[in-house]
Amino acid sequence: MAAPDLAPQPEAAPPVHTISLYVTNKPGVLVRVALVFARRGYNIESLVVSAAAKGDFSRMTITCSGETTTLEQMIKQLSKLVDVVHATDHTGTEAYETEIALVKVAAPLEARTEILQIAEHFGAKVADYGTDSLILRAFGSSEKLNAFIALLRSQGLLELVRSGKILMARGLDAT
Amino acid sequence: MSAQPPETPCGAEVLIRCLEDQGVEYIFGLSGGAAIPIFDALVESSIQLVLVRHEQGATHMADGYARATGKPGVVLVTSGPGATNTVTGLFTAMMDSAPIVVICGQTLTGNLGKDAFQEADVTGITYPVVKHSTLVRDANDVPRVVRESFHLANTGRPGPVLIDMPKDVSEAPCDAPLDPPIDLPGYSVVGHAKAPDVEAAAALLARSRRPLLYVGQGAVISGAGKVVTELAEKLRAPIVNTLLGKGAADETHPLHLGMLGMHGTAYANKAVVDCDLIFAIGARWDDRITGNVDEFCVNAKKIHLDVDEAEFNKVLRPDVCLHGDARLVLEDLLPKVGPLDTEEWLATCEGWRERYPLKYPKKGGLRPQHVLDRLNALTEGRAIITADVGQHQMWAAQFCRTRNGRNWITSGGAGTMGFGFPAAIGAQFGHREKEVWAVVGDGGFQMTLCELATAAVHKLPVKILVINNNFLGLVRQWQEMFWENRLSGVDLEGNPDFVKLAEAYGIKGLRIRRPGDVDRKIQEAREHDGPVLLVAEVVKEDNVFPMIPAGAPISSMIIEPPKERMEKPSGST
Repeated sequence: MAAPDLAPQPEAAPPVHTISLYVTNKPGVLVRVALVFARRGYNIESLVVSAAAKGDFSRMTITCSGETTTLEQMIKQLSKLVDVVHATDHTGTEAYETEIALVKVAAPLEARTEILQIAEHFGAKVADYGTDSLILRAFGSSEKLNAFIALLRSQGLLELVRSGKILMARGLDAT
Repeated sequence: MSAQPPETPCGAEVLIRCLEDQGVEYIFGLSGGAAIPIFDALVESSIQLVLVRHEQGATHMADGYARATGKPGVVLVTSGPGATNTVTGLFTAMMDSAPIVVICGQTLTGNLGKDAFQEADVTGITYPVVKHSTLVRDANDVPRVVRESFHLANTGRPGPVLIDMPKDVSEAPCDAPLDPPIDLPGYSVVGHAKAPDVEAAAALLARSRRPLLYVGQGAVISGAGKVVTELAEKLRAPIVNTLLGKGAADETHPLHLGMLGMHGTAYANKAVVDCDLIFAIGARWDDRITGNVDEFCVNAKKIHLDVDEAEFNKVLRPDVCLHGDARLVLEDLLPKVGPLDTEEWLATCEGWRERYPLKYPKKGGLRPQHVLDRLNALTEGRAIITADVGQHQMWAAQFCRTRNGRNWITSGGAGTMGFGFPAAIGAQFGHREKEVWAVVGDGGFQMTLCELATAAVHKLPVKILVINNNFLGLVRQWQEMFWENRLSGVDLEGNPDFVKLAEAYGIKGLRIRRPGDVDRKIQEAREHDGPVLLVAEVVKEDNVFPMIPAGAPISSMIIEPPKERMEKPSGST
């Protein structure tokens, strides 16, 4: 049974995964992590690094796309890095996830009502009210933000900044 | 130096003190501006500095020392080009899991990132080729960084570790305690494998009738050779080893079939094709071993024992994975297995051994295989042999039957030409009393031959056997076999007279021209109390067989020279 399941399946679009890393807060750790992704041909779609609850440690939440079979091996290669305390693939788990988006849309008077209605529907707040444009701030699941942004595209979307997904395991499970 | 109280040592002095505490005997190094404080601290130290002629040589010496002794080899170089010259050595050590610690001088911390003179972003350049690295920014971190670096280099799966020491850190006072705790929360070392996995391996073995132990360098590193042999004898299973696993279990043992893989013995590879169970012990299913992995041991059960979890399911999916130290895991496994019914299987393997022996033409000039066969016979397989990379390496691997894992040292994963000779120097420093032979080709030797000076200065009794065919022979063989003999970039026209070269360094030079000279010249070299360069002027166009074309299934092994041109192999190199 020699590994037919390791073969890549080119016809399927590479699935998106969410990985959480708990790392020691030392210089170079981000480069070491990024090199593992680059070497195995994984595309990082978003990456959030922030301080962890305990000093001297950081949390990385990475969404990335590539072959699932490569990912299993990559998680082990990430865990092997001396500065990585643990690496977990949260894809398909029930972890709580969220993300923030800032969206700047052109808002001429005649379009403004509809934009505000869309914002209200998605629970987005107006972060900056300008004469010609609005900055809207939305948060929630990445899928919800995708839908929100898709609607605003037809309204003259000027700029988009997303925080990238952050995630936390539920209950007493460690992230 | 700043005006500091004389009783407070500086970072460089503390660094050397910590190296002494680690039991370091030798530092292989080359000085330079940013490293002067460290070289200055060495003046007062018990550690002996081995001044090399090129930093790459220093890394291979440290590597050879490490592989011969099991203790980390230490390198000290300066910043910029001094440090970048270690990259090949780091890569070589990384690929072969060799514990070396490379200490680089660095420009002042205030100059970092400003393209200062001889400033290279060394940690940045070396990330992919080190197990770990640290840029030291505070002299008080020196003791901790040294302890951590040595711990990382030589535990778990060993590997190279780099310490980058800015000059101001070397000069700054350090009053930190010399034995701080190691602070590596992301690093742990595995020992025993999980008991259910050991049971599962024992159960698989119990059902096997054609088992094969496939032994790699992990067995050498963990000192598992004895228990591998015990396991083979208890199971009545044949053994094959990889290029780097050579000698982990004595290759002259009746159950041993020698090296498997691309240029392994025909009988080892036939056993791989026909076994019903293959047990990888500290080996990683490298492409030199598996050939076309989709056709590799398709019907055989696979057990994989490795200290590095990231090796599991990387190349193929074994039936059982044993995550642990090879020696400890095999000691746990041994009482759980019993003799297998392998009489027929062992007879089959013996039949192959008789039918397809390693052989070479006895006529038509001096044959490299003949020289290596005789070297093996005259040294009784007890010398440390370091091989460079190329045809001579494969012939040495075939004909020098290694009896002890640390007696065979070569660059396997990286295939670094220029490795063999400096590695022999390092091995000789590690074992002053032992006979050490560097087996090199004329191509690779010229990449690091400046270290002849190092061997001469230290009057090392190292013997250098140059298998001189005036070609980059392995590539020439490929071009002959697969590229219509269109030779390109392989003719080493302009080679020096190696005997005169040796004499220029004050080293005894000897030459073998005829088959009848071989024994006499080898013995003359052995009897000389000092370095000897022995050049064997061998036939120019000999080829290494058996051979499995890269990327092809093992069953397509070529045992005899083919009569027709072959298709280009699909594998990489």
